[in-house]
Amino acid sequence: MDSEGLHLNIDYVGSSGIILSPEQKAALQTSLVILKNSGKFHRVYFWGKILGVKDDYFIAQGVGRDEMENRKTFYSKDCVHWGLLPPATKAMREQSKLAQGRFTGDPSYEFEHTEQKKSEDGEEAGEEETKSKMRFSTATGELEGLNETTITIKEEDRLSSVIAEIDEDVKIVPRSAFIKTPDGKINANRSFEGLSVSESAKLCSYMHFRDAICLQEKSLLQKANLDKAIDFMDTLEEDIPKGSWSLQFERGSGLVTLRSLLWLGYVFYHVPGTHMYGSCYVGNGEKNLDLPFML
Amino acid sequence: MTDVNMELNINPKEQQFISAKSYLLTASTDTGLNLYDHLSRVLTKVLDERPNNVVDIFEDVSKDSKRSKFTSDVDTVRDKLDQSTEVALAKVQEKLFAKEGGEDNEPEESEELETPLPNIMELCFFFEQAGIGLNREEMIRVWLALKNLVDTHALSHVRFWGKMFGTEQNYYIAEVEYRDGDEEEEEEEEPEEQQEEEATDKDGDEEGEEEQEEDDTPKPDFKPPPEIPKEENKTGTNKKTYFVCNDPGKPWTKLPAVTPAQIQSARLIKKFFTGRLDAPVVSYPPFPGNEINYLRAQIARISAGTHVSPMGFYQFEEDEEEEEETEGRNDCVINVDFEPVSLRDLCDGSLQHWVHHVQHILPQGRCVWVKVGQETPEEVDDEDEEEEREEPDEPEPEVGPPLLTPLSEDAEIGNLPPWTPKVSSKLIPQYAISVLQSNLWPGAHAFAAGKKFENVYIGYGHKYNMDNYNPPQTAPIQEEFPSGPEITEAEDPTVEEENALRNAQQEAAEAAEEMEEAEEEEDDEDN
Repeated sequence: MDSEGLHLNIDYVGSSGIILSPEQKAALQTSLVILKNSGKFHRVYFWGKILGVKDDYFIAQGVGRDEMENRKTFYSKDCVHWGLLPPATKAMREQSKLAQGRFTGDPSYEFEHTEQKKSEDGEEAGEEETKSKMRFSTATGELEGLNETTITIKEEDRLSSVIAEIDEDVKIVPRSAFIKTPDGKINANRSFEGLSVSESAKLCSYMHFRDAICLQEKSLLQKANLDKAIDFMDTLEEDIPKGSWSLQFERGSGLVTLRSLLWLGYVFYHVPGTHMYGSCYVGNGEKNLDLPFML
Repeated sequence: MTDVNMELNINPKEQQFISAKSYLLTASTDTGLNLYDHLSRVLTKVLDERPNNVVDIFEDVSKDSKRSKFTSDVDTVRDKLDQSTEVALAKVQEKLFAKEGGEDNEPEESEELETPLPNIMELCFFFEQAGIGLNREEMIRVWLALKNLVDTHALSHVRFWGKMFGTEQNYYIAEVEYRDGDEEEEEEEEPEEQQEEEATDKDGDEEGEEEQEEDDTPKPDFKPPPEIPKEENKTGTNKKTYFVCNDPGKPWTKLPAVTPAQIQSARLIKKFFTGRLDAPVVSYPPFPGNEINYLRAQIARISAGTHVSPMGFYQFEEDEEEEEETEGRNDCVINVDFEPVSLRDLCDGSLQHWVHHVQHILPQGRCVWVKVGQETPEEVDDEDEEEEREEPDEPEPEVGPPLLTPLSEDAEIGNLPPWTPKVSSKLIPQYAISVLQSNLWPGAHAFAAGKKFENVYIGYGHKYNMDNYNPPQTAPIQEEFPSGPEITEAEDPTVEEENALRNAQQEAAEAAEEMEEAEEEEDDEDN
């Protein structure tokens, strides 16, 4: 959510159990302003918290004018000092999926993932994985027995990958909150007045804030009704499995909360009729892969 | 006509202007608007409001003015829709506040008795310091709802247990203890059980008659394991009673007592709550009950696993703290002489200054193990198998740890410590409080500050599992008929085989006749 009204906006997600202590709020107010200034960002968002075993990470994102392009992610352990996270490359994200378990809370911690492969595969694997960081514990090319390959993943990289994955999977915005200009840039819609109550009850009024995946697959007939400036993102209705979002009205119809069941801890709120909306993630940083069993 | 044309033709520029204007004034066939009026309206609006960078939002202003022409009729309907839900809930919640006015006379009486209502605002303050819990306005509403509960039922002890998220609605859960002698629940359940027994008896009779008619109907070998009796109210897993509501202000529903079968089943499944208490829980193994039972079972597991207090807050009833061999102590009482544990001790990594004050649930589903039926030796084996089959993540040793076990005895999850201790503030440690977060049940928190402590759960109601959830495998298909020679199929002999057999038989018969004839001849000859 936007850092500029953080101490007020955090109340909107309070009913989902997301609370910042007054000390944290005060520290964030100060440090995020400094961050915005030093990084020359158009806006700074408080992204959320990732809970580690020993300590938690506070995450903030700074964006330029085009919100999808230049996103820089920062992390902090004490809400005062922020460190830049390396951008998540594809290779990093593939690797990070191998690291299992909770985050520890120490950014320099290295997860180790050991894979045992047969010798034949070991040679091939060696060729494929030369791009990513790796440390071989045994030499490849041995034809006897199993090869153990140990991959170490730094917690910082894993953090960056998880944040990128969460953003890609569940970051949502209301429809028409962002406009694609004719030159391809994506700007916030200044005359966004919010969704109406009936619109905010439908999942199709919310869109994933990422490059469209399902959009191209739609038939021309479906696309005819869409407005190119507004509907350039996937809506939530195409999410698989159905029911992976929990939409609830709080305060009657005064506040609509969407909780993702795929990434437990991601909360999106919107006040219908106003331009207030935002989202926050407070959780372990682990995908809920049991979702199909749980629905 | 010609005069008019002459006048128009005089000034070609004017003619262009007039034709352009008339073109702009042509009404659109779809909407009835014309561009001229629309532009004049938009420009008037822009000149009145003077927004920044107007050229960037020009299209939006244009769209808005178009839209405003159309929605005038529909507005009234939409307003009504908006008001219905929000106002309805607000009215329900208003009742929470309205009661305060009506009870001005009663506070005098309630001050004499100790009100069982806890000071939730104080707890909320501590929770806020710790960064857990719900926001303040919601806590106030919960508090008022609890007060409502206290006023309508005779309770000795009330606590806000926590909030459980559901896909459609959420649950707010209150943990209560009735004052002695106020149990209404058992009577309701007994007639239901009797009805069920009658129904099964009738079914049994019908089946018996059918079986007598057809001898071949096989009887299933499967005998369901004997039902483990549930624990009595006020003991073990049913020590406390729970009330839930979907929203503060809505009526509280009492949750039924939990049975060991439900706890065992709940351990094997992982399902989201929907928010409707009567929703069925569709799962394998089939859960014996609806969502209301599943909720109760999860509450029982979470309470047993994560309700902790600083060491010394509770003590055993008797003066001697020796633990008895057989069943362990079941009750603990608040220690009047409790001295607050220091912050450093509470936040110690080894967690030896925190203890569980709720009894641990055995694999059987009860807190106190009970022998069931005649199949005791098998039961014991089953339990052992169950323990081996159970997830290694659960911190349950073979026999349940006794009450008031320090947290340092909790088993680790993989290589994770089961609890994470934290200090609420590193900048001002003099007034900081200690917070515990459970890693086994994410969402369970506890804090302690001086003499106060509290537990709360806010989450989805599931245990943390390092590996993914694997539903238990279905049982192997049972054999219908024992296979024996009577029912094994054999191929019918083919025609050739039959002929061959007949020929062989004929030959054998002929040979036998010849033999007989030969014997007769011999006999005749002899004679």
